[in-house]
Amino acid sequence: MGTTGTAGTPAETFNYGVVRQFTIATIFWGVVGMAVGVLIASQLIWPELNFNTPWLSYGRLRPLHTNGVIFAFGGSALFATSYYVVQRTCQVRLFSDKLAAFTFWGWQAVLVGAVITLPLGYTSTKEYAELEWPIDILITLVWVAYAIVFFGTIAKRRVKHIYVANWFFGSYILTIAILHIFNNLELPVSLWKSYSAYAGVQDAMVQWWYGHNAVGFFLTTSFLGMMYYFVPKQAGRPIYSYRLSIVHFWALAFTYMWAGPHHLLYTSLPDWTQSLGMAFSLILLAPSWGGMINGIMTVSGAWHKLRTDPILKFLVVALSFYGMATFEGSMMSIRTVNALSHYTDWTVGHVHAGALGWVAMITFGSMYYLIPRLYGRESMARPDFINLHFWLATLGVVLYIASMWIAGVMQGLMWRATGEDGMLTYSFVEVVKSTYPFYTIRMIGGLFFLSGMGLMAWNTWLTVRGQPRVNPAVPLESPDAHAAPQSAVPASA
Amino acid sequence: MAMDALFLLLPISLLFVLGIGVAFWWAIFAGQFDDTRDAATAILDDDDRPHPGEA
Repeated sequence: MGTTGTAGTPAETFNYGVVRQFTIATIFWGVVGMAVGVLIASQLIWPELNFNTPWLSYGRLRPLHTNGVIFAFGGSALFATSYYVVQRTCQVRLFSDKLAAFTFWGWQAVLVGAVITLPLGYTSTKEYAELEWPIDILITLVWVAYAIVFFGTIAKRRVKHIYVANWFFGSYILTIAILHIFNNLELPVSLWKSYSAYAGVQDAMVQWWYGHNAVGFFLTTSFLGMMYYFVPKQAGRPIYSYRLSIVHFWALAFTYMWAGPHHLLYTSLPDWTQSLGMAFSLILLAPSWGGMINGIMTVSGAWHKLRTDPILKFLVVALSFYGMATFEGSMMSIRTVNALSHYTDWTVGHVHAGALGWVAMITFGSMYYLIPRLYGRESMARPDFINLHFWLATLGVVLYIASMWIAGVMQGLMWRATGEDGMLTYSFVEVVKSTYPFYTIRMIGGLFFLSGMGLMAWNTWLTVRGQPRVNPAVPLESPDAHAAPQSAVPASA
Repeated sequence: MAMDALFLLLPISLLFVLGIGVAFWWAIFAGQFDDTRDAATAILDDDDRPHPGEA
């Protein structure tokens, strides 16, 4: 390393190495996590697909799917983009290369641990926090290192202003740390078995305080950080209203933490707590839509780019799904709507409108922006593949959520239907039988989405194969005094 | 039934809000939001395109 800058001082370079590692990990885990999803969706149609093997059974693979797509695919994407964005917007190299490398290898160790322990049946049974206590401790260590690297980089920034995306990333890192620690307080009884520190409805409340805020901060705030950088960069236009983005951030930060109880409507949770959760869930709609409109309007004046730029298409459609999913979420937290939707596949459809439509699409767009830059190329090897991927993904999401909406409403109506004598009209198994066609449509939608992911993996391979791994120099002039153009230097490793 | 968990969750959430309030206070008075137009365009001035010729 070490091209020389001016006056004989070695030029500082950006740490793109760890960004590259997490980017490749994102693609890899995306294929794995989504493939498991398609497998378990198929098992709901053809139960024989568990091959009478315990570790291939639905109950064990379902947490593997959720952990795989949320923490492996989504998590790696967040590490990659937050490390890239914080370096570019602060105009400085990452705070610590060693700690950054530890976050990569530590996080991958967590994920491999999940792939091994979950199919073996080791689980703490808390949704989205199934991993047992030794892995929980490793997650904590990685997360602390992540916080040090991220906030250390902010602290040594060479620009005065902290770009809004960094606020979103920073709040996600801090909140996830608090949520993870308090939800996973548990008493180990053996190496792979522990009991939660809380019991009964207390445990449920802590779990959904975690569960909701994990969705709020791991899958929303953080990806908004991604959005606030990659949408303006790809569109070549500043964010529509920077002031609105600031309001968006603080409003989300102040209100998100209070909405968790909407997962426990009509349970033994005290009534006032349920009402509090419902009220805050409705309030959340305002900042969510403010941010969505802000993102979409950034493309205003450059709408024509949507015709030719598939990356921008991914980003804008992701924002549309963000708007849809946040609207739907607020509506579903209203008690009377929840009475119909709760425990049905509508919830599954809602989650995937957010997960596939918002989280995965914004990730695809950001990754397609990032990958060529990390390997010194102008663009992906096959831009036409990006376009095909876009349509496969969009078609996949639409099939998925439409089938689950119909299935969910149908299930809710059939479950509550009673005859004149007060007897239930339908037995549970009749409802299951009626759901079969929709499970098939959902599986086909998932297959579309997975094939798009596979296409992305292929395209990535074609793009990075044999390419130099560039680590551009940090511009020497103070960016506050309008930086001069920079140059790229090849990496030593 | 007593909701003991709330005696944990509410203080955590209130501390969290307090922390956000402090960060918000700092950001305003440190002048973070004084010039929102330049803040928005600064990331576009940063040229992160690769320059293959120089690699």
